Amino acid sequence: MTDWDVKDLEYWDEKIREKVEEFGLSCYPQEFEICDHVGMLGYMAYSGMPSHYPHWSYGKSYEKLKTMYDYGVSGLPYEMVINSNPALAYLMRDNSLCLQVLTVAHVYGHNDFFKNNFTFKSTRAELTLNLFKIHAGRIRGYLEDPSIGVDKVEPILDAAHAVAIQCRRNLAIKKLSPEEERRQVLAAAQPTLDPFQSVHKRQVYTSPDLHKVPLSPEEDLLLFIRDYNLYLSEWEKDLLTIVHERERYFIPQIETKIMNEGWASYWHREIMNSLRLPQDLQLEFLVRHNQVVRPFPNGLNPYHLGLKIWDDIKRRHDEPTLEEVEKYGKPTKTGRQALFEAREIDRDVSFLRRFLTEELMREMDMFQYEPKGAELVISKVSDKNDWREIKETLLKNIGMGTIPVIKIEDADYNHTRTLYLKHDHEGRDLKLDYAERTLEFLWKLWRYEVILETTVNGKKALLSYSDKGFSTKPLK
Amino acid sequence: MPTTATIFRPYSSSDSLRSDRSAGDRQRHRKKVRESIRENIADMIAEESIIGKDKDKIIKVPIRGVKEYRFIYGENAPGVGQGDGNSQPGQVIGKSQGEGRGQGQDKAGNQPGVDYYETDVTLEELIEIMFEDLELPDMERKILREVMSERIAKPHGTRKVGIRAWLKKRNTMLMHIRGNVASLFSRLKNAGYPEQASQEELDVFCKEADEDIRRLLEQFYVHDKDIPGMFRLRRAIHKNEQRYRYMEPDIRPESNAVVFLIMDTSGSMDTMKKYLARSFFFLLYQFVCTKYQNVKVVFIAYHTEAKEVTEEEFFHKGESGGTFISSGQNKALEIIQDRYHPTLWNLYAFLCSDGDNFESDNPATVKATQELCKVCNLVGYGEIKPLGSRYYESSMLNILRRIEADNYKQILIERKEDIWPSFKAFLAKERPK
Repeated sequence: MTDWDVKDLEYWDEKIREKVEEFGLSCYPQEFEICDHVGMLGYMAYSGMPSHYPHWSYGKSYEKLKTMYDYGVSGLPYEMVINSNPALAYLMRDNSLCLQVLTVAHVYGHNDFFKNNFTFKSTRAELTLNLFKIHAGRIRGYLEDPSIGVDKVEPILDAAHAVAIQCRRNLAIKKLSPEEERRQVLAAAQPTLDPFQSVHKRQVYTSPDLHKVPLSPEEDLLLFIRDYNLYLSEWEKDLLTIVHERERYFIPQIETKIMNEGWASYWHREIMNSLRLPQDLQLEFLVRHNQVVRPFPNGLNPYHLGLKIWDDIKRRHDEPTLEEVEKYGKPTKTGRQALFEAREIDRDVSFLRRFLTEELMREMDMFQYEPKGAELVISKVSDKNDWREIKETLLKNIGMGTIPVIKIEDADYNHTRTLYLKHDHEGRDLKLDYAERTLEFLWKLWRYEVILETTVNGKKALLSYSDKGFSTKPLK
Repeated sequence: MPTTATIFRPYSSSDSLRSDRSAGDRQRHRKKVRESIRENIADMIAEESIIGKDKDKIIKVPIRGVKEYRFIYGENAPGVGQGDGNSQPGQVIGKSQGEGRGQGQDKAGNQPGVDYYETDVTLEELIEIMFEDLELPDMERKILREVMSERIAKPHGTRKVGIRAWLKKRNTMLMHIRGNVASLFSRLKNAGYPEQASQEELDVFCKEADEDIRRLLEQFYVHDKDIPGMFRLRRAIHKNEQRYRYMEPDIRPESNAVVFLIMDTSGSMDTMKKYLARSFFFLLYQFVCTKYQNVKVVFIAYHTEAKEVTEEEFFHKGESGGTFISSGQNKALEIIQDRYHPTLWNLYAFLCSDGDNFESDNPATVKATQELCKVCNLVGYGEIKPLGSRYYESSMLNILRRIEADNYKQILIERKEDIWPSFKAFLAKERPK
């Protein structure tokens, strides 16, 4: 059935790990689990977690994946890696030896990235698996509790899932305690030092409203509701915490998709090429590798884009062309230094901003498309005038840039306990029917009216959901 | 050399079984899909595509309830893609709104995909879902109107004669063992008769033996298959021991119903009105079908006079001229008298018209409706008035309202969204107080 057994994997794993050491990657201990396609579909539906709390949406996702797989619309990934310590990866039982070796090498690339990239510092890798298991256990407890049960748990989970992603994006920035926040607001209200005090009119000090909740706009919607909705019972608060933590765990992966896949692809290629594979494996490897990192016509393949940029960083530092030396000066770092530095301190947005050059964009023939009627039409191509704009559009569409920024401005708007939210509009409108239903979920969690300030077709508007239902009105 | 060893956990099929942990969540999801279908039935009924299709037809049902809502950006925002090296502004790369927009491809980052979701149900399932929460007392079968009908037989004991295929081996063997045949056989053996005998020997035996033994000899010496002309002493199964399956025709009461669909086909019934009537009839017919095993439909089209027509003619043939509603009803009464006696059949009569009637016919209509009420389980009148037309056209609703029979109901349908709610009201109105 398969042309390998666990012994082969161990043999190659040892060789790969020698190379990993040699290349200077630093990994968590690694565990592999071999599973069949059913197991893989199951892991995919539950974001790879060996234990995860139950919710119908994962059943839906399983059915969708299975249908797509059964009808050959999409295949299965060769691997799945979980950011944990030890890192856990799944290998497909039915893959060939070459694919397994490639996958093992690829997994070490991810493993190194998880361990060293700054965005993952806030996830506590050694606790990951246990945390998910404990969460699942607690939720199962609520489901089985005769006084709670699935009919009460599910609506809360539904609502929490709807807004869970509305949370702080950059977890490396410390969240201020209420005391620190108060101090910051007071400091901000102080008049600035004016060197021409004697000739200027005296600045008037207006004391900030310290009773306002929240003091500064709050991005963590679920946590805020958990802390300020007094009507929630303990188990409801716990559900909100669990859903929030789950989402928080996945944000670094959303934020570094391109870098991470590019990095793993870069290193699996380096490792495989240095292994001196037998010829048949080497040939199969070349085919598989090119399948993985090929560009998608009219789309963007994160593997392709990431690998391209990593390669370019290395080349520009090790063997820059004359024009590049003229344009950017002589490189101060070696290619390897530059690679490892970027792998540690960047996330997709900063990574692309720093390293996606005009030349690279042109080489990859990147374009911007816009909907025109029922069709998507290319509006700009990466030429001298437009490449910057295309790059900006791309930066908006990766990582957490695909999620609208919505912050809580006031939890007692008009002194009616109305929750006032504001959408930081930067050119893209919200999808209104989705916004309506999501507001309804927020209202269910907050239990008082919820208002969202946003911009629709260039006009400011208030969307509100209360016990009377959904309504919109323009904002003067 | 690295110090800690990598762990490879080999595949085990028990793990694979365990990993079907999504079963519970899948079931929960399916339940939600079903709920969602039920909530959206009104919209689906309004979709023309469903009406009049056969039962195995698979319908795509858009599911709204199981979408997962988030704050997401609308579709008018630009995106970035990668071309083959020759991209030019103005080139069309796909269709907007979900499909084609990088389908199956991971667009930059994790753009939340368009969560459009469809599921397949058969029409039969849909009807089942539709009616499962409609429990209606006056649609219950009446014992009196159950008809004795002959169905294919059910097994009923055994017989000694029958066809080979129906031989009951077990019973036959039982009879064989139980009967005195065995002891008779040993009697022969004990008497010293040989295993094999020719015809002549057998004749000698028969001559010598007395009456009892002779009968046994005839019974137990059978033709030897291998040696022609020889007989062999065999403990054969006698004809009397053979048992065959016996099927008895089963006569049991079966519920029968006739649905009279009576429609105005006069000039004033335009396509829209006919479509509304058709939808309404469709629901009624499906509903009656869920309650009875045997449902017959009679289509009656009328203008100034009525005639029985085929389904095709009923819905598609336009007629012209004035309207006598009573003509349709009288035709139904006539057919009832001819073919469907009320003691044998559950009768349902549904009439759809746009309310246009010659005034001189009104008393006759009331009278005919009352007649129908006497013989039918349920008489319904649906008046179809596309929105706005009610005010200047005449209406039968006021006239027929005076009928006091319990089993008479009337509704007004103004637009297609009304069909499901009014249908529900139509059947639910007379729940026991």
